[in-house]
Amino acid sequence: MSASNTPFYTPPRFSATFDQHAIAEIHRAAATGIYDIRGGGTKRRVPHFDDLLFLGASISRYPLEGYREKCGTNVVLGTRFAKKPIELKIPITIAGMSFGALSGPAKEALGRGASKMGTSTTTGDGGMTTEERGQSSTLVYQYLPSRYGMNPNDLRKADAIEVVVGQGAKPGGGGMLLGQKISDRVAQMRNLPKGIDQRSACRHPDWTGPDDLTIKIQELREITNWEKPIYVKVGATRPYFDTALAVKSGADVVVLDGMQGGTAATQEVFIEHVGLPILAAIRPAVKALQDLDMHRKVQLIVSGGIRNGADVAKALALGADAVAIGTAALIALGDNDPKWEEEYRKLGTTAGAYDDWHEGRDPAGITTQDPELAARLDPVKAGRRLANYLAVMTMEAQIIARACGKSHLHNLEPEDLVALTVESAAMAGVPLAGTSWIPGQGGY
Amino acid sequence: MNEIDLTKTPLREVNQRLQTLPSDTNQRIWKLTNLHGEHACAVGLTQPIEVHIDGHIGYYCAGMNQEATVVIHGQCGIGVGENMMSGEVRVKGNASSAAGATAQGGLLVVEGDAGTRCGISMKGVDIVVKGSVGAMSAFMAQSGNLVVCGDAGASLGDSIYEARLYVQGKIESLGSDCVEKKMTPHHLAKLERLLKKAGIEADPRKFKRYGSARRLYNFHVDNVDAY
Repeated sequence: MSASNTPFYTPPRFSATFDQHAIAEIHRAAATGIYDIRGGGTKRRVPHFDDLLFLGASISRYPLEGYREKCGTNVVLGTRFAKKPIELKIPITIAGMSFGALSGPAKEALGRGASKMGTSTTTGDGGMTTEERGQSSTLVYQYLPSRYGMNPNDLRKADAIEVVVGQGAKPGGGGMLLGQKISDRVAQMRNLPKGIDQRSACRHPDWTGPDDLTIKIQELREITNWEKPIYVKVGATRPYFDTALAVKSGADVVVLDGMQGGTAATQEVFIEHVGLPILAAIRPAVKALQDLDMHRKVQLIVSGGIRNGADVAKALALGADAVAIGTAALIALGDNDPKWEEEYRKLGTTAGAYDDWHEGRDPAGITTQDPELAARLDPVKAGRRLANYLAVMTMEAQIIARACGKSHLHNLEPEDLVALTVESAAMAGVPLAGTSWIPGQGGY
Repeated sequence: MNEIDLTKTPLREVNQRLQTLPSDTNQRIWKLTNLHGEHACAVGLTQPIEVHIDGHIGYYCAGMNQEATVVIHGQCGIGVGENMMSGEVRVKGNASSAAGATAQGGLLVVEGDAGTRCGISMKGVDIVVKGSVGAMSAFMAQSGNLVVCGDAGASLGDSIYEARLYVQGKIESLGSDCVEKKMTPHHLAKLERLLKKAGIEADPRKFKRYGSARRLYNFHVDNVDAY
């Protein structure tokens, strides 16, 4: 009520259900007749690593001295079948992102930064570029449903192969690289005409189900002389069963991506409403490995919303062997940097919220194929920024691990953690802080 | 001819031997026997050798082939010649699903019938099938040629890009955005060359040509019924 002749005033009340975003989306849908497409992962608040705390040392456990006592960070991936497992100096890898979605200099920068820190980068849809192979000391080659740019010569050049079944932003969905990003080079790598929308298939063309996947992995091993670790990447949906089936299919490494994990372009409704937060997926995946006596034998890499060393430490404490970062790596390169604010405004957004990565107009020159925009990113400097960021994350994780008395990040364990909310306690399988209660385990 | 008995030599060793032959090898003709449907046989070959597979074979035979000629004297499982880049793969019998999936070059010949999804997502390969192909063949086919001397199952060429399809027999149905196109003298000559290269006798003039209407190349909400 707002009648001016009444002696009282009720301020306008916004609906929690029909909030500003919901109303804007209805207006936009009505005006355009099309759903929203964007990049990135879920933007809504979901239970996450922030909902967990480490307990640190106490009378019953003693800590390690910072800057003095060793806290190991290395990880070996692919020890199950591969003749040449990968050893990384830090347990933070760079997730698969395609040339096409990203510019050539951005891919080069990822390679430079990761190599400096002794970790791996990953290709994406569209194949392997010379920039990326040249600058990545350890490169994981994604084997995707679309097989865009899939080439046996590149397969042999890779250090590991990642069979992509799904990703956290869109489990069960394929991709779409819109025509405006299809430059001559991208078109040539994908065997398609310039300027048309390129659909990336949602399922593999020549295998369905775990029995076929077993044979597909066998083929990949036969072609590469059983040398390379073979990863299987899944979006977080049914992590217990997917992990078990990946192990059954012969994977050396399982990659599990939560709904916070980014995508180059997907429908907003898909990003926000399909799949699990990574917090809810790690324990079931670890349990599957433990039930099969494969924990630490088949390594688990988790991703989706990893931002800092605390997130890394929490993921590892829950049982992962390593993490992967995508969005965070792009931010480290310079994505959403406030220095481009004026240009973000012109695109109708603001630094920190820019997510139209599919449109190819990225002011930071990262998610674009426009030569002028791409030239804004200096791959050497951007690579250095990524290396700095990886170093900080690693040190942060070590700080926490030492405080918990661990001489290696892999010695972190669920018993080091408590949860701040009932939901996160249930999902992470750790007690609600101040209690011994783990919801969902052993009744009420 | 070099002969390898798979009951005496493990597949892994056989593949390795064939994959690591030096480019100047004079051991150019190989025969593999007693395979009993092994999967991933003769995959990843890179030299212009000739490999004869005596009997039926499992999944992904001659996968990712480069330069080699692989002849299967029997039936084969899913994904024969998948992602092949060059060379020739010939199936004397029938091929299961996804024959020539995503293949980028070379020639795949199926002298019998091919199952569903033949030429799915093909990226430049030439595929010639003497018999018929199953449903959803040439799904999302990007480029290359698929020649079917017999009939084609439902939804041929669904969501096709720039691949060219030639079918002599009946088509159960065409998929989204796949339409019949004019057979020009240029296409007739191309088809004739493909049939000749495949060693299959057929009259090109009895074939019809199909390809993309290119209506779905850029997303538009008015086309939503097609998806």
